[in-house]
Amino acid sequence: MNMASKVDNGVNVQALLDAREALSQAPEAARFTWRAASTWMSGTHTRANVKGFDGLGAAQQHKTEFSFDVDHPEVFASEDNGATPVEFVLVGLAGCLTAGIASVAQNRAIQLRSVKAIVEGSMDLAGILGIDPDVRNGFDDVKVTFEIDADATREEIEALVAQSQKRSAVFDIITNPTNVAVMVK
Amino acid sequence: MSTDRTSSGAKAGTVTTVVIGAGHAGLAMSRRLTERAIDHVVLERAEVANSWRRERWDSLRLLTPNWMSRLPGFRYRGTDPDGFMTMTEVIAFIESYAAWIGAPVQNGTTVTSVCPDPYGYRVTTDRGTWRCRSVVLASGAFNTPTVPAVASAVPDSVRTITPREYRNPTDLEHGGVLVVGASATGLQLAEEIQRSGRPVTLSVGEHVRMPRLYRGLDVQRWMMATGLLDERYDQVDDIVRARHVPSPQLVGTPARTTLDLNTLTASGVRLVGRLAGVRSGKALFSGALRNHCAMADLKLGRMLDGFDAWARAHDFDAAVDLPERFEPTRVGASPTLELDLERGEIRSIVWATGFKPDYSWLHVPVLDRRGKLRHDGGVVDAPGMYVLGLGFMRRRKSSFMHGAEDDSNELACHLHAYLDSVTRHTMLAAAG
Repeated sequence: MNMASKVDNGVNVQALLDAREALSQAPEAARFTWRAASTWMSGTHTRANVKGFDGLGAAQQHKTEFSFDVDHPEVFASEDNGATPVEFVLVGLAGCLTAGIASVAQNRAIQLRSVKAIVEGSMDLAGILGIDPDVRNGFDDVKVTFEIDADATREEIEALVAQSQKRSAVFDIITNPTNVAVMVK
Repeated sequence: MSTDRTSSGAKAGTVTTVVIGAGHAGLAMSRRLTERAIDHVVLERAEVANSWRRERWDSLRLLTPNWMSRLPGFRYRGTDPDGFMTMTEVIAFIESYAAWIGAPVQNGTTVTSVCPDPYGYRVTTDRGTWRCRSVVLASGAFNTPTVPAVASAVPDSVRTITPREYRNPTDLEHGGVLVVGASATGLQLAEEIQRSGRPVTLSVGEHVRMPRLYRGLDVQRWMMATGLLDERYDQVDDIVRARHVPSPQLVGTPARTTLDLNTLTASGVRLVGRLAGVRSGKALFSGALRNHCAMADLKLGRMLDGFDAWARAHDFDAAVDLPERFEPTRVGASPTLELDLERGEIRSIVWATGFKPDYSWLHVPVLDRRGKLRHDGGVVDAPGMYVLGLGFMRRRKSSFMHGAEDDSNELACHLHAYLDSVTRHTMLAAAG
């Protein structure tokens, strides 16, 4: 794989392949739990923090604690202290698909120069405002448009984008139903 | 071989090798063992080619053309090499093979248990017990229909059926039918059910798109010529993934027609995403239909690129039609994500979601935590035990009838060497 050694997308594919091999031998270690802790600030403003998660059979930590302000814009009569919750979903999708593209490209020995995406989710506010019971609350359509500059043919780039969807957690979370349990302690 | 007659008239006793199943794979192995003068018996729960007789739908034909129907020392000799065998023809083909090789088949003998034994294995049947040095599992890869867990949440008002029970559209009530699964089975059943006047919704996940003919030749001819069918299990990047690839969307018809999602859409079938869940009586479909179709289109394109490159490199361009590319799969702007199963629109569900082998009688620790047989290209992880006929077992063609030719030869070779080593050890032990 001389080709592969010259290609550098900043992804340690060997580590991912090793992890895949190790985790297929130790299925319990492959179980991860991700966690966010949130605190209401005021109005529609919430601050959420991300630090610890569970995986590889132990408690794990991010290098630093990340903090996110979540709010709504002024057109919602809010103070706009941060992105809206649905925008965080779009951010998650963009981050997940793009990470997938970089990893798959590295594995396929494709040098990326730039990967840009516009992620759009559309919804009808008649849902969350309770105007029309037939309208759902969430996105009725999500559109992702990638602009990719790479040493590859159009077909190869399309295959990267397709494969990244196939292996994306957030794409799966958005496209498939998930059981959600919300409790009060 | 030492045998006794039981009260029921069946034979049992001690034999070098027991082959379980008298389908094409078990018979191919029987032939290989006879060639090597290894005494054996082929135990068959009912009669030769039983699954083809009792567990297939009426219209089914082989997906491979007649010229590919081959077993060790035997091949199709009819007048229609490009045609596709009906089930009646498949049964006749396998029956004549069994007769031609004089296979020692014991019909009507159901294996109830295979256990380790100081001698090798003990094979218990409903008609006596066999002891043997080695066992060949040729009981098939398609014994038990795989039905997704969500099936239990389907309302009782909807009738569900698997392809093992389904015979033809009249088995279904009038009204809408949800066919789950887009491999060869799902597409074939969707096509004939839609044609019977029952509107079909087809739930599509990952799938393999393939034209019947490419540049005038059967796609199987291309796959064989370019070496795809002979690709070995230890040569592919990821054998686990390769073994999970669903069967290609193909149908064998006299007109050699292509059956793909676009054909079905044109006939009025509605496409939805993979069935992701059933909640409160509603079927929920994945929003990933577009990507599943895009992936299948891309993979088809790559396969055809490979065929074209092969044709160029082998001066074959003049012998075949011009290269062509097929229309991308048409997916509507917003495919249905939810279907209310209690509203009466869907009266039946067909689970075309695959099959798995049944090893409930195999009491040897050779199954992994997911119930799959641990084997290396058919050499099972227990001394003297072999398997045949699983998908991509040794080669991409392993699950096809003609795949048994090479597989049975190589595994019989391994089995022979194993018997020799056991004999040597026994003799050394006896010599003390």
